[in-house]
Amino acid sequence: MAATGEPILEVRDLVKHFPLNQGIIMKKQIGAIKAVDGVSFDLRRGETLGIVGESGCGKSTLAKLLMALERPTSGSVKINGREIAQARGGELKRVRRNIQMVMQDPYTSLNPRMTVGDIIGEPYEIHQEVAPKGDRRRKVQELLEVVGLNPDHINRYPHQFSGGQRQRIGIARGLALQPEIIVCDEPVSALDVSIQAQVINLLERLQNEFDLAYIFIAHDLSVVRHISDRVGVMYLGKMVELGKDTEIYDRPAHPYTQALLSAVPVPDPDGRERRERIILQGDPPSPANPPSGCRFRTRCWKAQEICAEQEPLLQIRPGTAHASACHFAETHDVVHV
Amino acid sequence: MKKTSTSVLPAGGALGDEPLLAVDDLHVEFVTRQGVVKAVNGVSYSLNPGETLAVLGESGSGKSVTAQAIMGILDMPPARIPRGEVRFRGTDLLRLPEDARSQVRGQRVAMIFQDALSALNPVFTVGSQIGEMFRVHRGASRRDAEKKAVELMDRVRIPGARQRVHDYPHQFSGGMRQRIMIAMSIALDPEVLIADEPTTALDVTVQAQIMELLAELQRESNMGLILITHDLGVVADVADKIAVMYGGRIVENALVHDIYRAPAHPYTKGLLDSIPRVDQKGQELYAIKGMPPNLLAMPSGCAFHPRCPYRQDNCVTEAPPLYEIGPTRSSACHYWREVLDGSHG
Repeated sequence: MAATGEPILEVRDLVKHFPLNQGIIMKKQIGAIKAVDGVSFDLRRGETLGIVGESGCGKSTLAKLLMALERPTSGSVKINGREIAQARGGELKRVRRNIQMVMQDPYTSLNPRMTVGDIIGEPYEIHQEVAPKGDRRRKVQELLEVVGLNPDHINRYPHQFSGGQRQRIGIARGLALQPEIIVCDEPVSALDVSIQAQVINLLERLQNEFDLAYIFIAHDLSVVRHISDRVGVMYLGKMVELGKDTEIYDRPAHPYTQALLSAVPVPDPDGRERRERIILQGDPPSPANPPSGCRFRTRCWKAQEICAEQEPLLQIRPGTAHASACHFAETHDVVHV
Repeated sequence: MKKTSTSVLPAGGALGDEPLLAVDDLHVEFVTRQGVVKAVNGVSYSLNPGETLAVLGESGSGKSVTAQAIMGILDMPPARIPRGEVRFRGTDLLRLPEDARSQVRGQRVAMIFQDALSALNPVFTVGSQIGEMFRVHRGASRRDAEKKAVELMDRVRIPGARQRVHDYPHQFSGGMRQRIMIAMSIALDPEVLIADEPTTALDVTVQAQIMELLAELQRESNMGLILITHDLGVVADVADKIAVMYGGRIVENALVHDIYRAPAHPYTKGLLDSIPRVDQKGQELYAIKGMPPNLLAMPSGCAFHPRCPYRQDNCVTEAPPLYEIGPTRSSACHYWREVLDGSHG
């Protein structure tokens, strides 16, 4: 999985604020949920960028912004140099062909009244230039085979498949338009443990076969480590740390990343009494009213005055080789996942 | 706390040879239009005070149904229990009349559910829901019940308990709601606490908080804890012993250190092998092939045989018994020796 060359996806200062309104007739904006608040990164061909963070950190909003399902408040998303954030109409349709999505829940993301053939073939209705009408059935059967399903099951309905098989249907639909980028939003978290490995292997095989780039959003840190080339850690709408998988997992520099990694249960009972664990107090603050300065400071054991006054930028800091957003960033050995 | 109710059950105290809770050859079936679904087929496990038993399994393995049978909260019909015993301090709960049963439920054996938001009633304050335990079981007045609720919310470390006792469930975060569930379940000092996937819906940092809270409460009161989960990481962190379930049966029983060092059933081995490990980066993960069995059409012989790398001819025809393979270990596999050696069949 050598990620080389020009980035195919460039995200710069991406911001999404959802307005909070008061009043019914005289609507007045009284604030905003700062779901994504200034996120930047690149993605290269054939590369996997893992995005981790807790619920409410903005990772799913980020996915929607990349897919142009939500319009950003400001900032830019470029796919192969073409702006998607401001694109409209035919232009939007063309850019979108290149970025597809695999959803979390294969039970609700497939229409129960459509056959598998219709579900996977629907992208061809929208982008008719990809497959002429007479060719579609064959293409869909090819896709079924690629994701490891029986091509003869093309006329079945979603309820006739198990969870793992349904996720394969969702993946086939994502592949239909031969995109370069696939956004996977928690693709395995709804599946049984014994099925998760099958789907992860499938995603890796498809990546090699079609040179796909993945944005892989998940909360299971060991899965993210396995599949990602680089990992970004999000907290309350901000990217707090971004680096190669080994840098993030072996030498995390941001206190939040350190706490997150140490909270992951290790599937090995030996030495569990001696394991060092950072237990964060409380819950993340509300994204409608985030703390001043560093957003993590209210739960951070390193916080000092400067953290409340000055927002730490995501940059490479002394003593570390990758970008982190903490005034007191330092590498720290944590338990491996 | 004093128990005021007159109980048909033996009081707490020394147990002799009898474990605190023993499930013995439990069978649970559901009568459906498509036929009889055998959700639990002869499950046995036991729990002692202060002990943590992890019940590990995937959806449909019967782990939650077993817990519901222990609690007596199965809807019967469609469920029925054709065979088996659930002994609490030597008394079979399944044979008790309903009024005696409801004295056990919540007071002596309590349960925490996975999804705290749907387990709490949205139209009552959390204080009244926690306090209900004291009003119903102990005949406490509203005022006393509320005082107790505040104490309990303090005990599960909900900040500002005195103010928040009048809040509604939707005003709390996921982790706080799970704390409220825990407060309700420990309200009457139960001897057994069953936690059904208590942290599955929560983030990892919150999961760590909740697991630590449970461990602390357990230390304080010497409760027996049954932890139902599919997460091998959580199990390794807290369990003393493990029962692995597959297709309604226990396939392996062991102490926690033994099972992670050398599993004795191909299913357990497959689960452990499919965890992504650091040194496997870039390689294909081991995956158990196929999918979990359909309970309406269980495979013949050993339920795991269609997915098993150790399968031989007799696995298809002959269901393996739970072989005793050590003083604290058993495995339901004809070829447990080969699995234990780690050689692939």
